[in-house]
Amino acid sequence: MAPPRNRRPGFSRRAQYGLFLGYVGAIGGALVGAVLLLLSTFNPPAYAMVRGFFAELTTPVSTALAWVERGFAGIPGAVSEHFNVQGENERLRKEIETNRTLVDRARTLNQENRRLRQLLGLKRESADAVVAARLVSSTPTSTRRYAVLNAGSLQNVARGMPVREADGLIGRVIETSLNTSRVLLIVDSESSVPVRRTRDGLPALAKGRGDGKLDVHSASLTGVGFKSGDVFVTSGTGGLFPPNIPVAVIAKDARDTAEAVPAANPDALDFALVLKPFLDEPPPEHPAPGGEAPKAAPK
Amino acid sequence: MSPPEFVPLGGSERLPRARWLAPLSVVIGSLVTILPVIATFTFLPPFGLLMLLGWRMHRADAMKVWAPVPLGLLDDLVSGQPLGSAMLFWTLCFLAIDVLDTRLVWRDFWQDWAIAAGAIGFCLIAGRLVAAPLSAHVDTALLIQIVASAALFPLATRLCARLDSDVKRN
Repeated sequence: MAPPRNRRPGFSRRAQYGLFLGYVGAIGGALVGAVLLLLSTFNPPAYAMVRGFFAELTTPVSTALAWVERGFAGIPGAVSEHFNVQGENERLRKEIETNRTLVDRARTLNQENRRLRQLLGLKRESADAVVAARLVSSTPTSTRRYAVLNAGSLQNVARGMPVREADGLIGRVIETSLNTSRVLLIVDSESSVPVRRTRDGLPALAKGRGDGKLDVHSASLTGVGFKSGDVFVTSGTGGLFPPNIPVAVIAKDARDTAEAVPAANPDALDFALVLKPFLDEPPPEHPAPGGEAPKAAPK
Repeated sequence: MSPPEFVPLGGSERLPRARWLAPLSVVIGSLVTILPVIATFTFLPPFGLLMLLGWRMHRADAMKVWAPVPLGLLDDLVSGQPLGSAMLFWTLCFLAIDVLDTRLVWRDFWQDWAIAAGAIGFCLIAGRLVAAPLSAHVDTALLIQIVASAALFPLATRLCARLDSDVKRN
């Protein structure tokens, strides 16, 4: 194709002005885009309303597609289950027998724990689930890690609430609209979660790397040494994430900053639980740009 | 081959379907992000941008020069990038391609492809710089995304040509 050397579209004034106004519109639009970009860099929640409106339109489609996907993904499992029922039954019966003593001991411990807590007069932690919903879509073309949850303010989801699944922490709600909300995943490069090591209670911060993994930094000491296989759970510091939710497992031995694999897989075809913030006080009105987790000094 | 349609002198010609199909296909490309997949790293090419560049290279008059402004706004609303980024970068690409049109007058497909690859690289790298902090470990995934998107560009132009085929048929 050979574009004309002369950009003038002919002798028609109307066509000439049209072309000129087109360029005016393009350059004006680019400038508006630049201004919006500056605004959204300094105040990320600024466009929550507009995004929420769009999410209201697209989320039902995502939810339906996810439903279809689950239906198909469940077929192989259902087939193999059908043939394995007999063996599975035997195995589970045996497991119940072996677990009975463990369960009894756990019950006793639980009771004792409750009694001791009452003696100490500790405040009851609110770790109740607000709603069980599904993560239905995310941002696979972007370098940021958000997901859309198909429950919103009508289902009592509010900004700042932690989101988890059975295996561990997924992230926290940063924007809500009526029936949808946006979740900042813990693997996002601007998320950080206060954690502690299960083995010895070592406080640390789990920061997202942006490539699906986490970086765990020691929060107090230097040269602590992380061992591959160390499990980190939320510490409850900062009052946002309830304590003892699995967050990450260290992948490689390291001294100060260790690479870790998140404990939960948000793409698992399962429910996500939205929890109340750990302490009942409301989360900060405007989280730091990008929605960083509160970085209170660990105890 | 159907005979060419009869247009009376002074009557207006039927608009090619590219006029409405081009923006629509870009919007559908942007809406790929509503697929039910929870990504923990960047893995999909920006299909909206690919379709936009495909149309621009295949048929320059399919969209006005200001078309990337509203299309970019819509992409920003669903892509997770900060609002305004695609609006700005896509429009800059369009303007740059318009300038190149006056410099590289006779082009073949390889040059179109190279220009599109440059535009994709510019949009994705600029988008990464404004969206994620410099310390984020997203660059490997970003590089793969750029290469994959550039490799998909010929497919995007073929798709645009297919969508545009009503003009060729008559």
